[in-house]
Amino acid sequence: MLKLVRAIISRDLRLAMRRRTDIVSALFFFIIVVSLFPLGVGPEPELLRKLAPGVLWVAALLATMLSLPRLFADDQRDGTLEQLALAPQPLGLIVLGKVLAHWLVSGLPLALLAPVLGLQFDLSNDALWVLACSLLIGTPALSGIGAIGAALTLGVRGGGVLLSLLVLPLYIPVLIFGAGAVDATVTGLGAQAHLSLLAALTLGGVFFAPWPTAAALRIALE
Amino acid sequence: MDKRLINWFKFASPQAFYPLAGRMMPWFWAAAAVFGIAGLYVGFLVAPTDAQQGEGYRIIFLHVPASWMSMFIYLVMAFWAGLGLAFNFRLSGMMATALAPTGALFAFLSLWTGALWGKPMWGAWWVWDARLTSELILLFLYVGFIALQSAIDDPRRADRAGAILALVGVVNVPIIYFSVKWWNTLHQGSSVSLTKSPSMAMIMLWGMLLCALACWMYAIAVALMRVRTIILERERHTEWVRIELSSKE
Repeated sequence: MLKLVRAIISRDLRLAMRRRTDIVSALFFFIIVVSLFPLGVGPEPELLRKLAPGVLWVAALLATMLSLPRLFADDQRDGTLEQLALAPQPLGLIVLGKVLAHWLVSGLPLALLAPVLGLQFDLSNDALWVLACSLLIGTPALSGIGAIGAALTLGVRGGGVLLSLLVLPLYIPVLIFGAGAVDATVTGLGAQAHLSLLAALTLGGVFFAPWPTAAALRIALE
Repeated sequence: MDKRLINWFKFASPQAFYPLAGRMMPWFWAAAAVFGIAGLYVGFLVAPTDAQQGEGYRIIFLHVPASWMSMFIYLVMAFWAGLGLAFNFRLSGMMATALAPTGALFAFLSLWTGALWGKPMWGAWWVWDARLTSELILLFLYVGFIALQSAIDDPRRADRAGAILALVGVVNVPIIYFSVKWWNTLHQGSSVSLTKSPSMAMIMLWGMLLCALACWMYAIAVALMRVRTIILERERHTEWVRIELSSKE
């Protein structure tokens, strides 16, 4: 079982490494969106410090969304997905592997990059640290929940916009606790409660989301 | 017992349900009209002016039923969708599709009337209160459901994809609700609460219940109406629909 998940992860990672532009463009999208906000609202450090958690987290949501349509689309086009669905192992486990691989190429780089961008917003060291932690803990949930939307919109007209319509409302709890953790650090309340809830969301999301995703994939493959 | 079971399954077929829905519809419309008129009569003429809120409070006679219905219809929709997914009933998927626009309408009405009430009472059209926010998210979920179903051409696939989305939404709604609630209390301390300070006068409660019944009846009637057109559209290749339509002309 674990071997299967590991095999899927390493396969997806290798595919992603062969097409690095996808990863890099999503990252640059993140950087650009975040950089637009100081240009839009003005450079006062006071204001930026207040905006930073929300802006960085919303930009992370959008950047994750960008890479979601490709989660299953390529596999469906070349028939791999059908082969995976025919495999004797549960499709949910395969989806879990793909979700983890997606997180490794989308969520993890975001979490590593975010503190650097946080510097632009004049965040304190503590806040930067919590920002990276919250993204590290929270983004797996984004990949998990997003996979449901990606599977539902597989091969559907206007899938990209539709995907954001389906997935973004479901992302709200992650956004609230993720941005809340950083915000609580900035205001000196301590981030632990938020981070714990975020971890709960991630565990729940990554554990449960593959099953509806697998069901949605089977519907899409009919 | 056996007979009843057979009866239920009989109406699970669109062909059998179509005339039944047609027969039930006028009754629900009539009930909606009666309850609506009674509710409005109580709401506007019998219920006294509120001591603190003046005449403006009367919007709750539409606002509260609309909020209840928007949440309740989502549950019913998810129930039908799940039933359709589990047992492959064609009709359940059609029911879910038929309910979604009504639910979205009620969610929108609830937000709109809430804004109209909020402006004179709180001095703001919109407050990021937990309830308002979660109602807004509920509207988003309805919109996502409708958009997903209308983007998929094959109705069977649309039903089943929509069902998964609706069920995921049902699991998520409590999580979203509590996260929004905590988000609010963690940040702003105590904010404006929707709960009325004194317990509601009996007559106001009656007016509200009558209006809620009216909304309920309206929702059932309009869903039946919509499900009838959906049945006709999806079964248009069958013999009975051809006969049904030609007999009307």
